[in-house]
Amino acid sequence: MGLFGQGVLEALRLLVTGDPEVWQITWLSIQVSATATLLSLLVGIPVGALLALSRFPGRAFVVSLVNTGMGLPPVVVGLFVTILLWRNGALGFLELLYTPTAMVTGQLVIAAPIVTGLTLAAVQQVPEAFRLQLLGLGASRPQMIWVLLKEARLPMLAAVMAGFGGVISEVGASMMLGGNIKGSTRVLTTATVLETGKGNFDVAIALSVILLLITFLVNWALSVIQQRRRG
Amino acid sequence: MSRFLGIVWLLAGALLLGAGSHAEAQSNVVLLSTTTSTQDSGLLDVLVPMFEKQSGLSVKTISVGTGQALALAARGEADVTLAHAPGLEKKYVEDGKMSNRRLVMYNDFVLIGPTDDPAQIKGLPKAVDALKRIAESQSRFVSRGDRSGTHVLEQGLWKQAGLEPRGAWYIESGQGMGQTLGIANDRRAYTLTDRGTYLAFQKRVDLPILVEKDRLLLNIYSVMEVNPANGPRVNVAGGKAFAEFMLAPETQAVIKAFGVDKYGQPLFVPVAGKKDEDL
Repeated sequence: MGLFGQGVLEALRLLVTGDPEVWQITWLSIQVSATATLLSLLVGIPVGALLALSRFPGRAFVVSLVNTGMGLPPVVVGLFVTILLWRNGALGFLELLYTPTAMVTGQLVIAAPIVTGLTLAAVQQVPEAFRLQLLGLGASRPQMIWVLLKEARLPMLAAVMAGFGGVISEVGASMMLGGNIKGSTRVLTTATVLETGKGNFDVAIALSVILLLITFLVNWALSVIQQRRRG
Repeated sequence: MSRFLGIVWLLAGALLLGAGSHAEAQSNVVLLSTTTSTQDSGLLDVLVPMFEKQSGLSVKTISVGTGQALALAARGEADVTLAHAPGLEKKYVEDGKMSNRRLVMYNDFVLIGPTDDPAQIKGLPKAVDALKRIAESQSRFVSRGDRSGTHVLEQGLWKQAGLEPRGAWYIESGQGMGQTLGIANDRRAYTLTDRGTYLAFQKRVDLPILVEKDRLLLNIYSVMEVNPANGPRVNVAGGKAFAEFMLAPETQAVIKAFGVDKYGQPLFVPVAGKKDEDL
């Protein structure tokens, strides 16, 4: 059997036997990335909606900034946030470097533009006539935005999926901000890099399979919601 | 309006609390900057829990290349450093960034390469001569190229050979020892590796050892404390405690036995109390 087969078997073995370290790593990955995604929704949805509905000079510039942010390289985010969080850095007094909170921060910076950009696109695609009709029926502006967001909630699930997918799979920022510390900041991606470096390719493949499994399950659940509501 | 957002806030708060509970009061934390080889060999997985149990402190191990480990410490971003590049370390000590450099252990580097040995270096007693032949025959050589301890030593050897390696035959991987071994194996190239990582990769790399046991190939690990003037919040006492721990007789005994069960031979020789000249 090939190395890949061995890795898949190893993944099953680790999950079934309930290897405590693997479970801990897996749980931390989910915790960190889910927190970052949820926080990015809190930032991205309002900002994206406002951007979609407002007209101001320089708006095109801001929108292109957001779109650039959707492709922020995690390693660059990792480096910049690390320097901020260094003991000598601007935010050093918080003593956050090499903690899960630092990883959440980095992942938030990565996910927020993705959610913002996709929300922007989702809200913008609601026909303008619908918006005017709402206002015409006497809706206040916040009420109108809320109805629009509800209208756009299915495409916005795509934003959640893209945000979560982006952060749970990134390694650059997590490695730098967390430090891949055993029992404290080791997540699936950084553990995969470590095990590859150690030459434990089967374990590395096993961790990758677990990562793929999580990404699949999350996307599957969200897709079910998305498609059901549509139908 | 707020039901959905309320749920989101609630979930975010709960998860943040959960993630936050992993954080500890940093005054009890010792930041150890060290090299990938100590981590990849598994030695620190044994020593760190031992130290944490004895001292009640908790250690955060940042394992990076030796160059970065020292650079971080020099900026006050670590409390203690375990590295393996004596020349570079001494420079940091001279500059006053690091202090109390003491030897902990050593193992050795070996030159490995393809069985057909195109540069004819097998059995040469001097690593420098071997590198000269590799350069002359333009045989492929994979360098770490990452300012790690291994890379620093390799550069020292080239310097002694009076050569500046350049050209298509000289491949800089920019990666850890494990990945570099993989590249060397794949390209049928020569490379310099520490014996520990080589033993760990024995099954996956079929490049035999061609040059070994040269005095210049000693791989010496030292522990250094960080000058508190390097930055605020350096945990001086914690760093010192870890340095003392590395040199304690019990720890040295653990180092001496490490790896015997897995590789049939120890990976490191403990040398606490000795000086560079003694080796």
